Amino acid sequence: METEFTPWLSLGGGMMIGASAVLLMATNGRIAGISGLTSSIFARSTDGEARGVSALFVLGLLLAAPIWVLVSGSWPEQWVPSSPLLMTVAGLLVGFGAAYGNGCTSGHGVCGISRGSARSILATLTFMATAFLTVLVSRHIIGG
Amino acid sequence: MKQIFALLSGLIFGFGLIVSGMSDPAKVLNFLDLFGTWDPSLAFVMGGAIAVTTPGFYWLTRQRNQPLFHTKFHIPTRSDIDAKLLGGAAIFGVGWGLGGFCPGPALTSLPIMASGTLIFVPFMLIGMWLARNTPDLGRAKQQGARS
Repeated sequence: METEFTPWLSLGGGMMIGASAVLLMATNGRIAGISGLTSSIFARSTDGEARGVSALFVLGLLLAAPIWVLVSGSWPEQWVPSSPLLMTVAGLLVGFGAAYGNGCTSGHGVCGISRGSARSILATLTFMATAFLTVLVSRHIIGG
Repeated sequence: MKQIFALLSGLIFGFGLIVSGMSDPAKVLNFLDLFGTWDPSLAFVMGGAIAVTTPGFYWLTRQRNQPLFHTKFHIPTRSDIDAKLLGGAAIFGVGWGLGGFCPGPALTSLPIMASGTLIFVPFMLIGMWLARNTPDLGRAKQQGARS
């Protein structure tokens, strides 16, 4: 199914994500990496203070859509196309891969690239490559 | 104060994901589908985010010795490229391509309660827990050889 190309909304939303990352660094000194913050909540090595900051950031993420509804009157447009079985596997791989590779789209892709980190640039190229390949195979080779 | 700003940062991040369209897996999968129904929007999300974060981080880390409400900037210092980094990223990419969700959009979408999201998020948390409890064999071996 086609989706509408939204260059301005996407650019604007991207800048909000950037502003959030700068705000968290300016006030708390932490990288706005979602997999890092989320997995640090239940990692034994995290101290209580860092755990609190991570939990509140994640709470903010969870509150965004409900506040969006209160203000705009409708839920954000969304379609989750993959089957339940595929979502099970996808969830496991995303959670494991992001935490094992120390970052996801936000930690490596946004914050890491913005710091000029070679590790993050290589990680981003790697997950972009396997993601493009996965869709190519699932939509055009197996599904096509 | 730091707690309020952590919550606020998460909120702004979530709004950014919704406004940009990142919280819609159909849009993400179309970005990854170069040879099909390609939607280049997400390149603009990354571009917009990096265009703000790069000067922001540069300015912060040069003009200030510490954040406003904390004692230090927690900035990763590692620069080695290892199998754990690339292997993890490769696995993450496959999952992202299968479901169209990465961790931020999945958590932001949770209250919308699409059945796919309700399945994805718990398994993502299990995956994270497993990764946090998987020893880094490459590093352990190296450190063993050194000592």
